[in-house]
Amino acid sequence: MQPFNRLTGPVACLPQPNIDTDVIIRIERLAAGDRTALGTYAFEALRYRSDGTENPVFPLNRPEFRGAPILVAGANFGCGSSREGAVWALMALGLRCVIAPSFGDIFYNNCFQNGLLPIVLAEPLVIAIADLAIGGAPLTIDLERRTLAWSDAPPLRFEIDEMRRQSLLTGLDPIELTLRDAAAIAAWQAGDRTDRPWVWNLDRPGTGRLTRSGNPR
Amino acid sequence: MSAATGKALFDKIWDGHVIRDLGDGWALLHIDRHLLHDLSGPPALASLKARGLPLHNPELIFATPDHAVSSAPGRTGETNVPGARLWAGLKQLSQEAGVRLFDLGQVGQGIVHVMGPELGIVLPGTTVVCGDSHTCTNGGVGALAFGIGSSESSHVLATQTLRQQKPKRMRVRFDGELGHGVTPKDLILHLIGRLGASAGTGYAIEYAGPTIRRMEIEGRLTLCNLSIELGAKVGMVAPDELTFAYLAGRPFAPPEAMFDRAVANWRALASDDEARFDREETVDVAGVPPTITWGTSPEQVIGIDDVVPDLSRAVDSDRRTAWQAALSYMGLEAGQPIAGTAVDWVFIGSCTNSRLSDLRDAARIVRGRKVAERVTAWVVPGSEQVKRDAEAEGLDRVFTAAGFEWREPGCSMCVAANGEQVPPGARAVSTSNRNFVGRQGPGARTHLASPAMAAAAALTGAITDVRRV
Repeated sequence: MQPFNRLTGPVACLPQPNIDTDVIIRIERLAAGDRTALGTYAFEALRYRSDGTENPVFPLNRPEFRGAPILVAGANFGCGSSREGAVWALMALGLRCVIAPSFGDIFYNNCFQNGLLPIVLAEPLVIAIADLAIGGAPLTIDLERRTLAWSDAPPLRFEIDEMRRQSLLTGLDPIELTLRDAAAIAAWQAGDRTDRPWVWNLDRPGTGRLTRSGNPR
Repeated sequence: MSAATGKALFDKIWDGHVIRDLGDGWALLHIDRHLLHDLSGPPALASLKARGLPLHNPELIFATPDHAVSSAPGRTGETNVPGARLWAGLKQLSQEAGVRLFDLGQVGQGIVHVMGPELGIVLPGTTVVCGDSHTCTNGGVGALAFGIGSSESSHVLATQTLRQQKPKRMRVRFDGELGHGVTPKDLILHLIGRLGASAGTGYAIEYAGPTIRRMEIEGRLTLCNLSIELGAKVGMVAPDELTFAYLAGRPFAPPEAMFDRAVANWRALASDDEARFDREETVDVAGVPPTITWGTSPEQVIGIDDVVPDLSRAVDSDRRTAWQAALSYMGLEAGQPIAGTAVDWVFIGSCTNSRLSDLRDAARIVRGRKVAERVTAWVVPGSEQVKRDAEAEGLDRVFTAAGFEWREPGCSMCVAANGEQVPPGARAVSTSNRNFVGRQGPGARTHLASPAMAAAAALTGAITDVRRV
């Protein structure tokens, strides 16, 4: 995961609500398996016309916002499918931060797994940022201080869960973190085998493949 | 129990799975069941292999190919060429890791959220995850089930846990009798229309009330399935006698010797009378008509008797812009009655509505009639078991005699990951869950509805009030 600390750059705006992860990246592009090509396909249905040429009115196609690292979006951004490829596609497009009044819950989680910072702000503030972003003026986002600021204006503070902020700042791997709790996990499982044996009683002859060549814990 | 200690269904399951409190509402949660499919499974398994990490509990993981495999009769894992790599990868990586896989042609294969409850793998009181947002479906049997991305999926494979922040709780109570032609699908579409597609963001939703208590399990699965379209990762129904009867005898349900003990545990899961919710909503079911979407978000719904809404009814300017874009994409005019709109495709399938009761509902409308000439109509059963059960009842012949295609189980045209698409500009009535732009194929125009409404549209060649067929 890419750590996130401080970022400065222009802000592209995509104000309509309910931009879903199917629109962010089509499933066939993920099924094709080429993660490096995802940037080309991000927002495909909005970004290109039916003849395959770029749609000049799509914000991220406009010269001042091409490659912008920050996106201001409408409510419920990233709703729908859990595909983490939506985050990969946005990052492949060069985005590192999305600001919106709300996000799809699973998309929001996936952002933190990859180092894309989602900032939730009240709708009037989101609209104010969108207004100031016209023309491509750079915005600075400082996760350490939890602020965003235009060069000549006082910084605006944003809220973010402390656990999530730390994970982005450090880029620590959650699997490694959790494996430190291996003993607690083992103890919980031992107790649960006694309390709810039916959850663990899964050997069924004749249903699927029962031989296990994997790790026999 | 005092008001201070009354607990909701959600909290009982959550609290029972906390291995360690991480502070600030975060917990290290045990995950009892992890389901893998051909799209999200291979990358998660491969990432563990690449890191040299073993699976923590391969016996709690179950895999089946559903997304990228063809649904064509006689298909193999290689019929859809772009998906062949994913199918082969899921098989190989599952075998290496000791994960049980239900392959094509075997009972157990099917849409992952149909397979879980059907085999009794998903049980009341279990925590269930899958790299798929419709994992919330499994809440229909009283599980705490939610979708995750591939990074979190890898985390579960490696540790059998997740680091999660507790959501808020919402309860939606349904009261009253379902009207003629009204199904659980109509209820949940109606609710999404009323509350909006982000109302559930940050919440776990419990569906409750007398209507739910009378609802069969497959209907509850449909209801919970669309929780994510309301914005909620989690939707659930407290288990009851109907749940226990549904699960008894299923392959992975508790064996007879343990069943009573399990049921005693499951009975205690129901929300206490004193339980508090952060938000409560009530729906009078009697007033809900057969419902259909008109736009490109599941919140853009109307009753079948209604007209496509005028932009002046939009609550704000962003929504007005979104409605305008939706009307243009869908090729509809504000003010036109939705009934009578000509249809090119009908798709009966998906984790929302592909179970035996769904196919029976559709077949009841179709029996002895013919699909309209202009319409291509498909039935894609949710699983190999559903397919076999439906064939044993002769439902396949009802559909094929009418001109439907009877296909092999999988996600198919709901998500079009296997290349099965509604053509550009074509209009489909679909029993699936998402009417997003391009969801069923670039330029495809999707109207979400119940199986009976989809069947009616196939017969008449137009969006039709199922009560008049």
